[in-house]
Amino acid sequence: MTPRTIAVVSAGLSQPSSSRLLADQLAAGTARDLPTGTRIVTIELRDLAHDIVNNLLTGFPSPALRRAIEQVVSADSLIAVTPLYSGSYNGLFKSFFDVLDPDALAGKPTAIAATGGTARHSLALEHAIRPLFTYLRAATVPTAVFAATEDWGSAGSSGEALTARIERAGAELAAVINQRQPAAQADPYASATPFDQLLRTR
Amino acid sequence: MQFGIFTVGDVTTDPVTGRTPTEHERIKAMVAIARKTEEVGLDVFATGEHHNPPFVPSSPTTMLGYLAARTDKLILSTSTTLITTNDPVKIAEDFAMLQHLADGRVDLMLGRGNMGPVYPWFGQDIRKGIELAIENYHLLHRLWREDVVDWQGEFRTPLQGFTSTPRPLDGVPPFVWHGSIRSPQIAEQAAFYGDGFFANHIFWPTEHFVRLVGHYRQRFAHYGHGTPEQAIVGLGGQVFMRANSQDAVREFRPYFDNAPVYGHGPSLEEFTEQTPLTVGSPQQVIDKTLTFREHFGDYQRQLFLMDHAGLPLKTVLEQLDLLGGAVVPVLRRELDALRPASVPDGPTHEALVAAALADRGTELEGITR
Repeated sequence: MTPRTIAVVSAGLSQPSSSRLLADQLAAGTARDLPTGTRIVTIELRDLAHDIVNNLLTGFPSPALRRAIEQVVSADSLIAVTPLYSGSYNGLFKSFFDVLDPDALAGKPTAIAATGGTARHSLALEHAIRPLFTYLRAATVPTAVFAATEDWGSAGSSGEALTARIERAGAELAAVINQRQPAAQADPYASATPFDQLLRTR
Repeated sequence: MQFGIFTVGDVTTDPVTGRTPTEHERIKAMVAIARKTEEVGLDVFATGEHHNPPFVPSSPTTMLGYLAARTDKLILSTSTTLITTNDPVKIAEDFAMLQHLADGRVDLMLGRGNMGPVYPWFGQDIRKGIELAIENYHLLHRLWREDVVDWQGEFRTPLQGFTSTPRPLDGVPPFVWHGSIRSPQIAEQAAFYGDGFFANHIFWPTEHFVRLVGHYRQRFAHYGHGTPEQAIVGLGGQVFMRANSQDAVREFRPYFDNAPVYGHGPSLEEFTEQTPLTVGSPQQVIDKTLTFREHFGDYQRQLFLMDHAGLPLKTVLEQLDLLGGAVVPVLRRELDALRPASVPDGPTHEALVAAALADRGTELEGITR
């Protein structure tokens, strides 16, 4: 079986960041249910922050950002993690997905996750982040993972619940990936419509 | 090889002096730049078309008609003429009239326009941009080649027994370029008709355009117009020069940093590395421009953007002196020497008339045989 690739996008701004920590755990939880040799490619948007803004302004990505975009678009699946700011994804997270082609994530198996200070805003995953990926027509798995600060420190029920959610989301994502053929890239030139055909519809 | 200037026609505040030219000053400056383009020995002046501030050129054939009377050799062109929102009948009439007034020194570049509201202002829908470009150009193409046209399409009133006047000069329509920065369909369209393809690659990285131009060349051959190498390609360029390259960087930086398209984004250094922009000495401009041929093959027309971002007219005219004096003669010599005899030179009315006569000769031969 062809080894699969998971692209992990983390929009955490501090270093080290809890969003990255959550992203890594979710990636590991997914890879566990996939054949050995699964490749995990992690993209820290913080490193690309200036390039993302420049892309918004100029319409084209820098070489580094282009590589990151290609890694995400060509991957078999996506894990997208953001810290919650003002009740939603942070601006960097949104800006990265804004510079992708509108169809770039169509059909891509995707798991979403977020971090925040308290669990009070956990539903932002459902009212803000999931609709973004619905707009992009990604195939987002049902379980979204939210990690509050307290989840990281408690050995008891809350910490275990986080681990359980990570495992469940990872298993859901792996199941979708396993059902699919490896991702293939469409070539806009290879599929260009011959002109007489474009003209005939006139 | 043809060299020229293309202008967007923006009214932009000079970030150094804080002064904003009036529309009148800007229009007169565009005319002065066009005349200077001829004076310094360049071949082409092309104006954009826009229907919203801060741009002035809403009526390109009016400006080009004036320039036709004020110039002798300059080819008058556009960058671009909106094939989506203009009535193709009016384009056929306006440019045929201009062609007569200018004794054939006219061609045009078609583009779609990317400003959403302009479409509804002219009764169209930007989501139909490609369809409009295809249907409207097909009609334009026929209006210039058939004396009487019956036509029905999706986007305009049908025509019964319509003759577009005046008929093209010498029976040869103006040469058409199709400009696009991202649509394979437009490269396909240019290839289908055997028209020129213009890649304005000044704001984006080269590799993207290499694929677009490569597609056009391959499809040009597919549709039987010649070899891929014989396809007619035009490219954009953007330069700022001083004899000393540090002076060029110092003087241009505030204009770069505040430019309407890319200002407040990447640094001048990043942008010159990632796009064709060259800020430096005339020799640096020559070296960079020669790399275009390596990427895109032998090509026919090189247009430079010179007068945007609020650069004062005096500076632009100095830039033209440098371009015409130190850069273009070298590029012309080098590129013409490298281009094989089988690859055509830039399109002119005279060349198109000669080609039409040759075609007619071949047809007559066929009949007598």
